[in-house]
Amino acid sequence: MTTAIVEVPSVRTSNAPARQAVWTPFNARDEGQRLFKEWYASLEQANERKEPVANVFVMGNAIEILRSFDFHMVFPEINSLQTGVRKTSAEFIRVSEDYGMSPDVCSYVKADMGMMLKEEEHPTGKIPRPDISVSSNMCGTFIKWAEIWERRYKMPSFVLDLPGQRTSNWVVRPGDAQHSADSRWVEDQFKDLIAKCEKITGKRFDIDRLAEIQGRVNQMVIHWNNVMELNRMCPAPYNAMLDGLTYIGIMNVYRGTVEGVDFMRRLEEDIRAKVARGEGRVPEERFRLLFSGTPCYVSMRRLVELFESWGGVFAYSDYLTFAAGGMDAAELLYDTSRPLESLAEVTALAAQRGLSNQFFAHERMEKQIHDYGVDGVVFHGIKSCRFVSAGMADTRDYISKRLGIPTLYIESDLIDPRYWSDAQIKNRVDAFFEALQQRVGAGPMRGREVPTRTGCAL
Amino acid sequence: MSAEIAQDHEASFTAILEQCHTAAVDAGIPDSHSLPEGFSGTLGYFPVYFPDEIAHAAGLLPVNILGGGNKLEMKHADARMGSFVCSICRSTTELGLNGTLQSLSAFVTHPICDAAKHLAGIWSRNLPDQGAEILYLPQNPNSPGAARYVAAEYQRLRAELARKVGHPISDAAIRSSTRLYNRKRRLMRDLYQIRRDEPWKLSCSESYMLVRAGTRISCEQHIELLEQALDAIRHRHVVAQDKPRVLFVGGFCEQPPLEMLETIDDVCFVVDDDLLIGQRWLTEDVPEDAGDPVWALAESYIQRSNASPVQHDERKPKDQYLMAMLRAANADAVILTAAKFCEPGLDDQLFWSKDLDEAGVQYLVLEFEEKMTSFEQMSMQVETFAESLLFALA
Repeated sequence: MTTAIVEVPSVRTSNAPARQAVWTPFNARDEGQRLFKEWYASLEQANERKEPVANVFVMGNAIEILRSFDFHMVFPEINSLQTGVRKTSAEFIRVSEDYGMSPDVCSYVKADMGMMLKEEEHPTGKIPRPDISVSSNMCGTFIKWAEIWERRYKMPSFVLDLPGQRTSNWVVRPGDAQHSADSRWVEDQFKDLIAKCEKITGKRFDIDRLAEIQGRVNQMVIHWNNVMELNRMCPAPYNAMLDGLTYIGIMNVYRGTVEGVDFMRRLEEDIRAKVARGEGRVPEERFRLLFSGTPCYVSMRRLVELFESWGGVFAYSDYLTFAAGGMDAAELLYDTSRPLESLAEVTALAAQRGLSNQFFAHERMEKQIHDYGVDGVVFHGIKSCRFVSAGMADTRDYISKRLGIPTLYIESDLIDPRYWSDAQIKNRVDAFFEALQQRVGAGPMRGREVPTRTGCAL
Repeated sequence: MSAEIAQDHEASFTAILEQCHTAAVDAGIPDSHSLPEGFSGTLGYFPVYFPDEIAHAAGLLPVNILGGGNKLEMKHADARMGSFVCSICRSTTELGLNGTLQSLSAFVTHPICDAAKHLAGIWSRNLPDQGAEILYLPQNPNSPGAARYVAAEYQRLRAELARKVGHPISDAAIRSSTRLYNRKRRLMRDLYQIRRDEPWKLSCSESYMLVRAGTRISCEQHIELLEQALDAIRHRHVVAQDKPRVLFVGGFCEQPPLEMLETIDDVCFVVDDDLLIGQRWLTEDVPEDAGDPVWALAESYIQRSNASPVQHDERKPKDQYLMAMLRAANADAVILTAAKFCEPGLDDQLFWSKDLDEAGVQYLVLEFEEKMTSFEQMSMQVETFAESLLFALA
């Protein structure tokens, strides 16, 4: 196999921004909300207009192919988290539990099931019925969730099987024998998916269209990687678990679109400008933290507030990697001269380095702790997501004992408000900071040296 | 048949079951002193399916790690896994951390669910010398290329095991192992045929113990044991009682306690089940004289295999395969179980109940944990269910 994959260029070698920041007014949150509203509005009439609709997940989704066939993309995970953000999740979950769903299964699935039982009425509007779903084996729940749609909507559910990281210290490099074998299997599946899409839409696959979309994804990924890297600055310009959630929302929903490229470009410019101005998310940054796990969307603002009130900022979260498809971890861009082969190669690598490595979380976390100059790690365990949570207590034990990094473990849920216990979580957060304060001191950290990074540019 | 001969067969069958219980439950993992002849070590694997033939051909005794049962004391695992993780993953972790599995030469887990995949990470952090890996069996067996991918994974496994044992694993050795395992699978199919045809001759718990013994002893020993058992069963003189014919599902990974199966046996004929389905995953003989024996195993996995809640296969939609099992076993009703915190099992349990409602088939929903020790309440539920079935079927 050819190894003509474009590696992400490394151009920045110091803590200073790589180029002169050109600042234009940009409010990522407002712009993100506007784009989300537009996306939901575009979905409402899709069924009536007989436009094809695909249900997809944020990990392992083949969006590039689906977009080349003009599918509307529905992200049921995002629909579910939106019920949490909008404080309506309890009702959707209640409806699904009344139907018989267990209290011990993923609350995203239950919110979606509740929505189906309410005839697809969602707080943002009507969610169209899918013509196909694309899930992946990266999360076991995805497959079961897709089987529910299969029953309800009587449509095909395509499971993209991505060979993951097989063992610890798994080294796979672009073009090596293992990567070639895995990529070949992924490519075989893409061809199968393309045939299914042709059948559903009645359109012929257009490889040039795919290349065009991939080119835009490349641009988004470069900006995204730079945005992530800019948070290695001290003070961190944004909070990975608050602002970062808007950013990955756009990375997912607008992946491969003109609007997505524009958002990410402006976001990078805005953050570079903040860095140039020395502006941090927290006025007096005192503790740099890593958040491992998923958000608790029903109380995320409150959770972040508990940390920021102590001067703690989440400089990085593994959520920004796995919930954005693992593209930053793949450290590769699509080679648009070989669209399908390259799509398979990058997808296979992203699955191993950015998704399934969650099962060996300590390996990458050790590097992130160093790269982001992290003082402590916060683990958020939830029953709803065994993909991130099942090995978390053990990872925490490893990080605390072997690396000597202070850690905090809290439990709640993605969107089920019954699992949020404000007083209990506050007590734990306060105790964590008191211990951290004794360890690293109480003073502000402005200007503290954070390990030099490499970066990438367009 | 004279009463004396029948008694001989009964005594022989009782002795076989005791032997099975000793092998499967009491004896623990064979170590270097107790390994059967011809084996240099053991390979432990988590449910559901593993290609035993490859380990066997390498001279490694394949051992299915089926959790800790209801007598294991948890000292380490509770602090390492969230409270929401199923019992079998927690007890397997405990067995790793408390040293019970230290004699394993290798440990393999599978992408059947996310908690199972995390076992490899837990092993890498706590038992780095033993090593653990995830054998990525595909969740998409339908796209062209699936068999080729599985064959490549099996070849990778073969190379790793060869490195562990210090010698190559020949095609001839794999063919020879395949022949043995084909024979063993035929015998297990015979057991299940008796369960369907003459369920009074072989209860679910007896059949379960006969199959489970094969997860700890060599294929050669298991074949001998199954042949003796089948002979004794066929000569068994048991009067058929008036019990409803039921199907048991939900035992594909975490194993229900034996007492739970005995409770069901007391009042029902369990004419088919998905207990230890990985042991019976391949439904037909694997081609024995294939040019490439690894390809033959891979192709069998894709084309001639069973179904379970943790395997997606568009040729076997969940509702259809349950109904097919029901028809094939001529069962009157279903006992729909799920292990606590088993997300795939709990999801299918609900939707199967909806399917059965639609089809007008009676069912009983039960949740279990391998660590259960009290069965009184379950016994009452099962008894009431069986009575209602008998009344309805009368």
